[in-house]
Amino acid sequence: MTITTPNTGTNRVARKGRLSPSKTVTFTFDGKQLNAMHGDTLASALIANGIHLAGRSFKYHRPRGILGSGAEEPNALMDIARDKIRTQPNVRATTQEVFDGLIAKTQNYYPSITFDVGGINNVLAPFFSAGFYYKTFMWPKQAWKKLYEPVIREAAGLGHAPKEADPDRYANRFAHCDVMIVGGGAAGLMAAKTAAKAGKKVIICDENPEFGGWLLAEGEASIDGIPAAEWAAKTVADLVAMANVKLLSRTTAFGYYAQNMVTLAERITDHLALPDADAPRERLWQVRAKNVILATGAIERHLVFADNDRPGIMLSSAARMYLNHYGVAVGQNVGVYTACDSAWHAALELQEAGVKVVAIIDMRSNPDEQLIARAKALGIPVRTGSAVTKTSGKLRVKSMTVEPIGDHLTEKFEIDALIMSGGWTPSVHLFSQSRGKLKFDEPNGRFIPDIHVEQCVSIGSCNGTNEIDAALAEAISASNAVTGKKAGKAPKTMGFASMEGHLIGSAKGAGPDDHVMAFIDYQNDVCAKDVRLAVREGMHSIEHVKRYTTTGMATDQGKMSNMHGLAIAAEALGKEIPAVGLTTFRSPYTPVTFGTIVNHAKGDLFDVTRRTPMHGWAEDQGAVFEDVGNWKRAWYFPKAGEDMHAAVSRECKTTREVAGIFDASTLGKIEVVGPDAVKFMELMYTNPWEKLKVGMCRYGIMCREDGFVYDDGVVGRLAEDRFHVTTTTGGAPRVLIMMEDYLQTEFPDWKVSLTSTSEQWAVIGVQGPKAREIISSLVEDIDLSADAMPHMAIREGKICGVPTRLMRVSFTGELGFEINVPADYGQSVWEAIWDIGSPMGMVPYGTEAMHVMRAEKGFIIVGQDTDGTVTPYDAAVGWAVGKKKTDFVGIRGLKRPDLIAEGRRQLVGLRTKNSKVVLEEGAQIVVDPNQPIPMKMIGFVTSSYWSETLGHSIAMALVENGFNLKGETLYVPMPNETIAVEVCDPIFYDKEGARLNV
Amino acid sequence: MLLINCPYCEEERPELEFRGAGEAHIARPTNLADISDDDFEKFFFIKDNDKGVVFERWRHIHGCGRFFNAARHSVSDKFIMTYKAGVAKPKLTKAQIDAVKPPAKGTPANEPVWTIEEGKK
Repeated sequence: MTITTPNTGTNRVARKGRLSPSKTVTFTFDGKQLNAMHGDTLASALIANGIHLAGRSFKYHRPRGILGSGAEEPNALMDIARDKIRTQPNVRATTQEVFDGLIAKTQNYYPSITFDVGGINNVLAPFFSAGFYYKTFMWPKQAWKKLYEPVIREAAGLGHAPKEADPDRYANRFAHCDVMIVGGGAAGLMAAKTAAKAGKKVIICDENPEFGGWLLAEGEASIDGIPAAEWAAKTVADLVAMANVKLLSRTTAFGYYAQNMVTLAERITDHLALPDADAPRERLWQVRAKNVILATGAIERHLVFADNDRPGIMLSSAARMYLNHYGVAVGQNVGVYTACDSAWHAALELQEAGVKVVAIIDMRSNPDEQLIARAKALGIPVRTGSAVTKTSGKLRVKSMTVEPIGDHLTEKFEIDALIMSGGWTPSVHLFSQSRGKLKFDEPNGRFIPDIHVEQCVSIGSCNGTNEIDAALAEAISASNAVTGKKAGKAPKTMGFASMEGHLIGSAKGAGPDDHVMAFIDYQNDVCAKDVRLAVREGMHSIEHVKRYTTTGMATDQGKMSNMHGLAIAAEALGKEIPAVGLTTFRSPYTPVTFGTIVNHAKGDLFDVTRRTPMHGWAEDQGAVFEDVGNWKRAWYFPKAGEDMHAAVSRECKTTREVAGIFDASTLGKIEVVGPDAVKFMELMYTNPWEKLKVGMCRYGIMCREDGFVYDDGVVGRLAEDRFHVTTTTGGAPRVLIMMEDYLQTEFPDWKVSLTSTSEQWAVIGVQGPKAREIISSLVEDIDLSADAMPHMAIREGKICGVPTRLMRVSFTGELGFEINVPADYGQSVWEAIWDIGSPMGMVPYGTEAMHVMRAEKGFIIVGQDTDGTVTPYDAAVGWAVGKKKTDFVGIRGLKRPDLIAEGRRQLVGLRTKNSKVVLEEGAQIVVDPNQPIPMKMIGFVTSSYWSETLGHSIAMALVENGFNLKGETLYVPMPNETIAVEVCDPIFYDKEGARLNV
Repeated sequence: MLLINCPYCEEERPELEFRGAGEAHIARPTNLADISDDDFEKFFFIKDNDKGVVFERWRHIHGCGRFFNAARHSVSDKFIMTYKAGVAKPKLTKAQIDAVKPPAKGTPANEPVWTIEEGKK
């Protein structure tokens, strides 16, 4: 019996690559089972299996292949699934590592990738010019909503979002370091080694699974006498052994923000067949670094020529990476088209590895003679000063047609792959994100870092330093600049490929004809002709060209296309490239999952939930809760068979007839203490406070300086120098902020202290005719009799043996108490009261009944009956403004001409003519319902309820000149009817307050 | 995320701990009730919102709770200094301002296409 290793692809090249044939994995590609080697990316595994066709393009549905070998990939976007729930669209096949059981699907076609009806768009391509949508779907206007938009939306977009909620967990970490190094290629590793040896705390990250960057693509090159990739591995091993170094692979630095904050996305489980169930899928790092070293490398550009997008046409750097790292040949008959030395090295290495290189076509008339000599020695045909003007092959490139530049003699080569190089674009994304300024390096056709704004330095090829020795020297001096030492010596290097030569813009054969499909942006299907058209149609700024053509706006953010787009636009404009300018680089560098950004802040952890001490009791009683800010408040307490309406009616009725118990703990509470406390209260509230007696409460109104109502609440004076201030539930934080602001910045000499006590006191409201009777047996040290403790009194004593601040106040209009007890005793005191009150007929009531009862009494709710444009006078609480006061916040604002003008919206009551009709809150009010539309609206309904007690509906409204309209009939036009209402006083119940003073 | 030096805590803390509180050095008139409409408008509504050096208020709300002032460049976002509330508006030196200016426009690379005319104000 012989053991055979699974076939991981016919394009594997013997003795090439660093993956081990003994470790294989199986994955599914468009339903077909394939084998790969452990360490393969999806792209390398597919190419090994002879598959280049990786998807259909976005706009024209053209068949597309794998173009690159890393994060720059614009074409090979796939849907990657681990199971039924865990799927992710638009994953670059070049960065997705293959694992056992991975399910990959190509995207953007129907019904199959080889036959796609959307391909009709390619036939119709002449009509899909830049700005096509703007121009075409303009008329008829009505068709947009019903016809164009739904169809376009259905056809638009790449991939399909997963349907299920993300089951994975995402982690977050903050880190600080002396040196953050972005990029683990030759320069990054050298810098890390130098800084780490000097004892600096170093974090180095690289987006790939393995450190080394383009060193991994080198075949013959060596550093310090060992192969370049081995040097990288050895350097990493040295760094791992050092306690002051943190290495993060599979980690993309995607954002660079002010004061050297760099954000990293670390992918933890996406490459594993069986991830630890407890492991997070990804981790967000927020690194604050004293120094940042950018060693982000460079990305090879494609060439812009006719039909440069057929599957099998790819970057020369990718061909080298696939050959030297993965041991995979990109084809068997490879054409080479270049303006840069890099592709020559790829060609030489492929030929040496036994792959037939059909011809090297170089646009330059005088490429390096040594390269020509080496190519010729290997028997590779060379055409200099020539261009590829045409390619053929539908689902895979079949031939290339070559012409000398300035001539029309054509020559045709049969090929199954075409590798190309337009030179290298420095990855200045992060440098630019940090607001660093770039300069245009004219001789090399590239933008490189110029003036840095953050404490950072760019080294290696991202700085335009392509030559390896210079890059390593740069790395050492960058680290020495950080450490202040003069350490390190650049290691000896040998056999590195030259990166000389470039072309930006379109090559021969890419136009100026309007029908040539010479792509500059593969992902958004933008051709050279589109940029020219945009310029002809008046887009003269690169920012406009970008938006009109969508070049550089896809998920790859134009990593390969931006320079081409810019150069073609500059040519069309007749301007120099620097005069046209680059578009702005934005984070993220590569797409980041929502999970990583959202992180823990989802589900229960999305926001804090505040619960009162008595929350559990209300839950046990079957209360329905409503959200009020972060609070959960008992809304109503339905009994079996009751709907909300029935429950609220019962709660109101019983409270008015017997008693009700209410959880008011969410009220904001602020303790205002100090010799100047009363002076401070005079300032903050419109009311006068000097004469408020100790032991008494007052309803206070707080305005902003502009005179509009900001908050309200009952304030009790516990001592000459101590006030128990209550605020609205939602207003507590902002009231305290405003108080602190005035105290700290306007009156810092006043002796006052402010303490938030909102969560220290549980507040139990007991309201109703039997309130006193219910609590009396529990209260010690306080005389509850009407004479000793009148309405609006506050006393300190004990209830159930617990200290209490007992306030006789009423938001219902009934005899009532608000019992403040330390929060920890809230529920036990509540239960003690319940045990006495319940047999007497007391009910618990929720916020809805509270709202109804306060509206029956005409009490306003700030934020519901006021909206930030309402003065105390407008809200019919002008009596709370101290007329004799010389100062308070809002005193001047209240005198502004518009605020004292006639005809302001004023708070009034409304009675519907049909008393059963309950108005809708927010409904608009008009004088004449028969006037033409648009009608003049003179106000709106702010509060509206059914009052079971009164047997009719009640409402409050802000109405222009409302105080003078009492008794008048107004109208509320609704979709189905017009409701007649009568303006009335907002106090509907017990106007004289007889029920309070008992 | 900015790092902000709280002059009370005397250390740099992340922006998350702070809350901006608008323009600094606007004193509430002691005779507020009596000032004219125009003066009230200037005091309450009109803010400078300069492109360049701004004096602004911050509060270390999730820290010591203190309000303080800062001088900052509104284009580069860089702080020149922070100082305690009540301290007079500092006179900034040219060197201090130059240190926080965004880099001069050497190349239009990454510049927005719209530019505000220099010296318009």
